[in-house]
Amino acid sequence: MSTHSIALASHKDYRGSKFAIWLFLITEIILFGGMFLLYSVYRSEYAQDFHHAAGELNTLVGTMNTLILLTSSLTMALGIAATHRGNRKLALLMIAATVVCAGWFMVNKYFEWGAKIHHGIYPGSEHLAAFPKGEQLFFGLYFMMTGVHGIHVLVGMALLTVMFVRVMNQPNARLSFVAGHGLQRAEGCHLAIIDKDGTALWKGEEIDSTMERIDVQTKYWPVKERFRVVDFNLLENSGLYWHIVDIIWIFLFPLFYLIT
Amino acid sequence: MGNHANVARAHPSVPDAADVNFYQFKGRWSGLASWIFSTDHKRIGLMYLTLMLIFFTVGMSLGFLMRLELIAPGRTIVDAQTYNVFFTLHGVFMIFLFVIPGLSASLGNFILPIMIGAKDVQFPRLNLLSWWLFLFGALIAITALFTGSGPPDTGWTFYAPYSIRTGTNVTLAACAVFVLGFSSILTGLNFVTTIHRMRAPGMTFFRMPLFVWSVYATGWLQVIATPVIGITMALIMVERSFGIGVFDPVKGGDPILYQHLFWIYSHPAVYIMILPALGAISDILSVHARRTIFGYKFIAMSSVAIALFGSIVWAHHMFVSGNSLVANFVFSLLTMIVAIPSAIKVFNWVATLYKGSIQLETPMLYALAFIFLFMIGGFTGMMIGVLSVDVHVHDTYFIVGHFHYILFGGLGFSMFGSLHHWFPKMFGRMYNQVPSKIAWFLTFVGFNVLYLPMLILGWEGMPRRYYDYLPEFQKWHVVSTVGSWIMIAGILTMFINLLHSIKHGKICTEPNPWGGGRTLEWTVPSPPPLENFDEIPTVTRGAYDVAPAEVK
Amino acid sequence: MSHEAGHNEEHAQHEPAGYGSYFLTWFSLLALTAITVAAAGMHFGSMSVLVALVIAVVKASIVLYLFMHLKYEDATFHRLLLIVIVAMSIFIGLTFTDTLFR
Repeated sequence: MSTHSIALASHKDYRGSKFAIWLFLITEIILFGGMFLLYSVYRSEYAQDFHHAAGELNTLVGTMNTLILLTSSLTMALGIAATHRGNRKLALLMIAATVVCAGWFMVNKYFEWGAKIHHGIYPGSEHLAAFPKGEQLFFGLYFMMTGVHGIHVLVGMALLTVMFVRVMNQPNARLSFVAGHGLQRAEGCHLAIIDKDGTALWKGEEIDSTMERIDVQTKYWPVKERFRVVDFNLLENSGLYWHIVDIIWIFLFPLFYLIT
Repeated sequence: MGNHANVARAHPSVPDAADVNFYQFKGRWSGLASWIFSTDHKRIGLMYLTLMLIFFTVGMSLGFLMRLELIAPGRTIVDAQTYNVFFTLHGVFMIFLFVIPGLSASLGNFILPIMIGAKDVQFPRLNLLSWWLFLFGALIAITALFTGSGPPDTGWTFYAPYSIRTGTNVTLAACAVFVLGFSSILTGLNFVTTIHRMRAPGMTFFRMPLFVWSVYATGWLQVIATPVIGITMALIMVERSFGIGVFDPVKGGDPILYQHLFWIYSHPAVYIMILPALGAISDILSVHARRTIFGYKFIAMSSVAIALFGSIVWAHHMFVSGNSLVANFVFSLLTMIVAIPSAIKVFNWVATLYKGSIQLETPMLYALAFIFLFMIGGFTGMMIGVLSVDVHVHDTYFIVGHFHYILFGGLGFSMFGSLHHWFPKMFGRMYNQVPSKIAWFLTFVGFNVLYLPMLILGWEGMPRRYYDYLPEFQKWHVVSTVGSWIMIAGILTMFINLLHSIKHGKICTEPNPWGGGRTLEWTVPSPPPLENFDEIPTVTRGAYDVAPAEVK
Repeated sequence: MSHEAGHNEEHAQHEPAGYGSYFLTWFSLLALTAITVAAAGMHFGSMSVLVALVIAVVKASIVLYLFMHLKYEDATFHRLLLIVIVAMSIFIGLTFTDTLFR
């Protein structure tokens, strides 16, 4: 009896997936880039006003948030490294830590914005309308840019939560044979698990025309020596996204908080 | 490590996916659901085409009404506010819902994987998401027509500060553009990755069909430029809702910066619109002139060059907006450069036709008309790229004439030609020849009667987006309006003919019905099976070369 | 159905950096943050923007090359970074030909 080996999860293209996520990150950089363009033009036009308005921002909170986000990048990288080493517990812990850091960042932002709004500094307020034009623009850009960034942090939190659940349940591989789409080519055969000596560890029923669909799903956790990056493709891509969110803040922080 | 090999014959009672065409394949869903939940690139391409042609018809109807209004000075059929809405919606529907998805989303989706010898795109589910986002964005745009304070009246360009102040549904429209932009980005990302990763063995970049090259360059533009319109629309929405002030002069904002951000996308966008059209023409000419493409490498590289140069010329839309003289000088100079790669294409097309065995099938008729109309559009473009000329003709009908020649004479005619050229491949039938040629003739003649007067009117000083005008302009307005009737008659004839032929056209299932097809899509049945190829081919020659054994 | 050959990087990958190296990266980012905050307090005048931006670029490069593993990727991914830098430079730079000379 001849056997055909089936490659599980054989249709994933790791490099293609990585290429695509980098393309997406480029679009994110350009999305923020449009706002950085506005910032640079207005900054060059209203240098003094920007300098003055920046004094209103709380440098301590800004610095704290920078440190929090940098730490979240660390935990993200550590989490991915843990999957490479077969350390599931550490991976899950680090992903969770990243989400916690992100949450802490958002809480800080909430209080920071809250304080500004409480003092009447928010877009459209009468109080702000009395400020010099450059300062109005500064705060308009501040709320817009940290707001869009905050949305990206929230999206990242949701994404990483999903990744947490996936890593907990995965990796797994699924292969399907469907009638009309390859199943009949296996007719007369059996599904079997065969060890390296050729002994059948398990053998299924003969595949015949009454079968509509066969799904094979495996759940496994790879040891370090058998690790395949392609199994943690999505997690890696989520990590890359998260690092970009960090990088955006690396630029936002000095441009808004440190130009005093 | 083996693979589940090609073993036995298909069981007779269950047709195998390889034996039926993709329409007949029975997957999980049936009926409408088998379309709107399908990740098959061919179905997605057809779904895009369907929606786009509906939106084109809406845009065309608005154009028809606009020309009716303009047949005489003063009020003819509507008031001024309504006319402002007409030209805004005509622009929004035509640009965001027809021309930007254009040949890329419709034909590109259908034919790109087959042309490179692949079974589908890299990310089929993402592809379906792109279509859903397109539908969703369109629905938001349509909602903007009927709710609240009425459809936008700002022109499709949404210039600040009027777009910030006006009570009409600009926020909704901006939201629609944002969603549509996201759809476009994902498609571009998908296609670029597909072309990098899924070409058949042996198909190097310089063996790809030229349509693929053009879709590749377009994909890069979608990825690089579209995020800018995304953030610009977001800024408009936030400005209107919260008053951040970035475009509001009262708060220190600069409306010209809005124009910069808007055109940083919208100029590359016109190349997103035209590049696939240029690529399709190369393919159509090769088949119907029975010739290899002259200067293949030049045409391929010119697509990339157009994408590159087209990204650095945006402020030529703003020459009279209040730019600095330095900027005007720089952008005028850069604009001169972008004509060069387009000219390279035209030279190579003409050289391709020379000593070709030209079959005057309908696609070839559209392609020849394309070259003529595209050249007029291109020349007028060069004229207005010159700063001293544009100062006089900006915001006149000369501009309107220019971009209709390029967009409609360009993308429009290329799309019509492509519909006919790949019709048998998509539908397994042939359209009726005689009505198709009558339609072409009416469309071509009508087009020129409609738009040539605009170049004259603009040159004489007739402003665009004006509801009323001085009596001295009326003569050419009448000619133009009559042209619109002729052209619409032609287009309707074409649509009716094609729609009728889908169901009742002569059946045509051969892989290569035109006989001159040399690229991979002409090696698979018409319509193709679900996964396009039984076996992924190995490519050993250039896209337009005839293999030695095939020379008769 | 054929099996795409050549997509076997799955077996070729190994973890490029140890846990310790990530901590080192993190420390240098914290240090640079401290430097940039301190620099903000000093009076560089019109150069202060440049100083802040340079430090930000260094931090971003560290995140890109070490956390995001760009250091271990081939030319393709470096080109992607180059593309976005060039694109943004053109967009902002050419806009300044207008706003700077009004």
